[in-house]
Amino acid sequence: MKTWQPFTQPPLDPLLTRAKDNASESELFFRRALVLVFTVFLSFLAVASRLVYLQVLNHERFTTLSDSNRVRLQPLPPTRGFIFDRNGVLLADNLASYHLEVTREQVKNLDATLAELRERIALTDADIERFRKLARRSPPYAGVPLRFQLTDEEIAKLAIDLYRLPGVDIKADLTRRYPLGPRAVHAIGYVGRIDEGELSRLDPGQYSGSTHIGKTGAEKSYEAVLHGRTGYQQVETNADGRPLRVLSRTPPTPGQHIYLSIDIRLQAVAEKLLEGYNGAIVALDPRNGEVLALASQPIYDPNLFVNGIDFASYRALNTSKDRPLLNRALRGVYPPGSTIKPLMALAGLNYGVVNRYSGVFCPGFYRLPGVSRKFRDWKHSGHGSVDMDRAIAQSCDVYFYNLALNLGIDRIHEFLDQFSMGRPIGIDLPGEKGALLPSQEWKNRVHKQPWFAGDTLSAGIGQGYFLATPLQLAHAVAVISQQGKNFAPRILYATEDPGTRAKTLEAPRPLPPVTLKNPRYWDAVIAGMIHVVEGGTAHRIGIGAQYRIAGKTGTAQVFTLGQNQRYSAKNLAKHLLDHALFIAFAPTEEPRIAVAVIAEHGGGGSATAAPLARKVMDAWLLDKYDDSITTGIPPAQDVPPHGTE
Amino acid sequence: MEPNDTGKFLKLIYLDLPLLLALLAVSGLGLIVLYSAGQRDLNLVIGQAMRLGLGFVIMLILAQVPPHYFRFWSPWIYLVGILLLLAVMAVGDISKGARRWLDLGVLRFQPSEIMKIAVPMTMAWFFGDKPLPPRWWHLLGGVLVTVVPFILIARQPDLGTALVVGCAGASVLFLAGLSWIVMIGLAGVLGAAIPLFWTFIMHDYQRQRVLTFLDPETDPLGAGYHIIQSKIAIGSGGIYGKGWLNGTQSHLDFLPEGSTDFIFAAFSEEFGLVGGCLLLVLYFFIVARCLYLATRAPDTYTRLLAGSLTLIFFLYAFVNSGMVSGLLPVVGLPLPLFSYGGTSLVTIMAGFGILMSIHAHRRTSTR
Repeated sequence: MKTWQPFTQPPLDPLLTRAKDNASESELFFRRALVLVFTVFLSFLAVASRLVYLQVLNHERFTTLSDSNRVRLQPLPPTRGFIFDRNGVLLADNLASYHLEVTREQVKNLDATLAELRERIALTDADIERFRKLARRSPPYAGVPLRFQLTDEEIAKLAIDLYRLPGVDIKADLTRRYPLGPRAVHAIGYVGRIDEGELSRLDPGQYSGSTHIGKTGAEKSYEAVLHGRTGYQQVETNADGRPLRVLSRTPPTPGQHIYLSIDIRLQAVAEKLLEGYNGAIVALDPRNGEVLALASQPIYDPNLFVNGIDFASYRALNTSKDRPLLNRALRGVYPPGSTIKPLMALAGLNYGVVNRYSGVFCPGFYRLPGVSRKFRDWKHSGHGSVDMDRAIAQSCDVYFYNLALNLGIDRIHEFLDQFSMGRPIGIDLPGEKGALLPSQEWKNRVHKQPWFAGDTLSAGIGQGYFLATPLQLAHAVAVISQQGKNFAPRILYATEDPGTRAKTLEAPRPLPPVTLKNPRYWDAVIAGMIHVVEGGTAHRIGIGAQYRIAGKTGTAQVFTLGQNQRYSAKNLAKHLLDHALFIAFAPTEEPRIAVAVIAEHGGGGSATAAPLARKVMDAWLLDKYDDSITTGIPPAQDVPPHGTE
Repeated sequence: MEPNDTGKFLKLIYLDLPLLLALLAVSGLGLIVLYSAGQRDLNLVIGQAMRLGLGFVIMLILAQVPPHYFRFWSPWIYLVGILLLLAVMAVGDISKGARRWLDLGVLRFQPSEIMKIAVPMTMAWFFGDKPLPPRWWHLLGGVLVTVVPFILIARQPDLGTALVVGCAGASVLFLAGLSWIVMIGLAGVLGAAIPLFWTFIMHDYQRQRVLTFLDPETDPLGAGYHIIQSKIAIGSGGIYGKGWLNGTQSHLDFLPEGSTDFIFAAFSEEFGLVGGCLLLVLYFFIVARCLYLATRAPDTYTRLLAGSLTLIFFLYAFVNSGMVSGLLPVVGLPLPLFSYGGTSLVTIMAGFGILMSIHAHRRTSTR
């Protein structure tokens, strides 16, 4: 439609040379508007294509990104299982402890709040410094701990004013507690905060919510049982990371309770007996390998380690000459001295080198053929003519020099290896040492020297290179008592499900038995050991015994005397005194306990170590416990089903 | 066109039914989305509904005004606008590092908003009585009318509004039939001016926005955060969306400005590609309808004004949806009729009021 409308709008512009033409302008506008509509269409099409690109082609990627934005996995740490002794006496549990927490988001004036808190409870500059450091790394809605281990008094003081301090809360958490303090610390061990090394080894899923882990003792070896399974919940969080709701939840499985095979009363007896010495007492049930007592002195309080030991205390423990952190029962290595003689005697009988009646004359020393050096007997004047029984009972060195020389180191090594000498037996506690059973191969390798006959003589009386742990000695005497039946020592007695209270008794862990060519050889050596207590070197402990004991004294040299010197306790400094050792089992008819005692620098085995062993056996076999020892030990509760005892 | 009863009534109040329905549809959808994006805050929705109501009232009032009044007042409104912009430069309030607001005691407003209407009006007024296509000396006058407020607003700094004003002016030139050769030449000059613009006019944060747009991953927690989260929101919506009130990006605060500038992302997250395309179709329909109305306008002034106002609306819709989906840099333009907020809404609805007036008064005007 084209209508001519002349000069409806007169030209105003003087420079205008052409009249305005509404129709043609309308047409021009229409064309331009068409271009515009087309452009607009293309633009929106571009946006729509972009939407297709984002929502269809890349949908999955963005869905993942969106979910990882909002969904966080929160670990739910399990409760750690308790530890009891064999009678159900509590050795470790979890105590609710209280700490003070400040949530910055809810605090109007942080400095004023801190100052107010300071008026009420003890807050060190270090506390505040640590708080500020932690706060910088935490989101504002998260509570940041300010003070740990609030006392009841402090809680009471704070509780009154808590309503006036928004954002300040008293929070409870569970802390491992060892109610008996240092008692049995070397068996129980302790937990501590997970350190970086452990963090790199641990399953990050299982330990994501846990702060503590077993560091030593049963706490470490049964970590997997005690810890439980971590649960987790999926929470939806907002952009600040604040959890808004729980999407799904898998509850944690609490850790199992464990019952140790030790009797805490017997343990207390052993630890008290050793007071004043550095040393160890290991008591085993020879019939199944259960550890009845595992004492190592000095002891220390494991509670110190739970929430991080302070530097001064740690330094004191670590630098002490007495080395309280050393678990001497498993990791203390000592020359076994004469306590090795029953094993040597067994080897001699088994290889046919001697019989129980063959005799040796002891002049007080032994000389290797063609060598002028004298190997001394502990008894300067000599034992005269001795057979095996007498040699064991009187601990005649000359007899065993001769025996060892006839056996040779290779056969000694072969035989004693069956008793796990020189290698870890495999107790279920961490860090057991193998000590040292010397051999030609070993000496060549380590000392780059050939094996000499003199080395064999020293080994024959448990000296020289020979080293053993108290556990190995207790285990060896246990095997003797069972005439070769061999069980790995074990500290775990039973596990218990905390929910159902169902207990599972731990089965004995048999080791390959020691078989002799003639089982009666056992009787011969055990008879000798009985005579140690009855008229022998340890006759004093036999007096008044209500059961029969088989034992062997030992005195391990720390200081090598010159050729013509004589040992005199009076003239030697304490740290050069001999170690006192004693191994024993009882009753001989039906052995129920095997004991090894080592008192470092205790002097003689008969005088120092044997009486301790007797007291341990009395306590166990006669169920005789002093009130002074059992005070502080709670009564047994909920005893798990025993075997035949 | 055979008018029915409703049509008669609408004609009586000078409104175009298809346009009105489309505007109501977009506004209604916007309110539904706002309820979700605003964390189910009903007060927010009611406030926005009242603003929309106010906007529709303004539209209705302006629709009653015959276009020749607009034409008469065009240059005066423009002059007042320029004076107010100068006043802002001198005594304006500073908010978020930009001097945009003028506080008149009872009323606090952005004079730059006036220019969004005033520039198209004045450009249309300027070219309306000149034979078209325009001569080059006319062109110079037109460019001047646009560039002065553009620079004043860009200096505030308010790049988004400056861009709208500049495009509004340019759109008049385009619709006036400026020859393609001249337009290409102008585009060349503008292209050459970009480096100057980058160096002298743009502020650091604006440069940062452009750089971030080019590669948002370089600063995922800083300047790139907005656009990355916005893309996650849109992309995770998929074809059918997560459903109304089920958007996680917007509800859990991952999406910044989810109810204002980035409401399109919140919408796309919950309503998916289907919803997004529906909205784009609605916007396209509004723009196309307005341009149709413009072609039917009686004279050059009304045609140019209607076309330019339409283009402003388009610009808002396109720049916002483009920026939110990562197609364009982040320029602070709201999604018209959708984003929470009042200032630009009033301007947009005033524009529709003028459009309605131009459409409805065409017979009276030509007579």
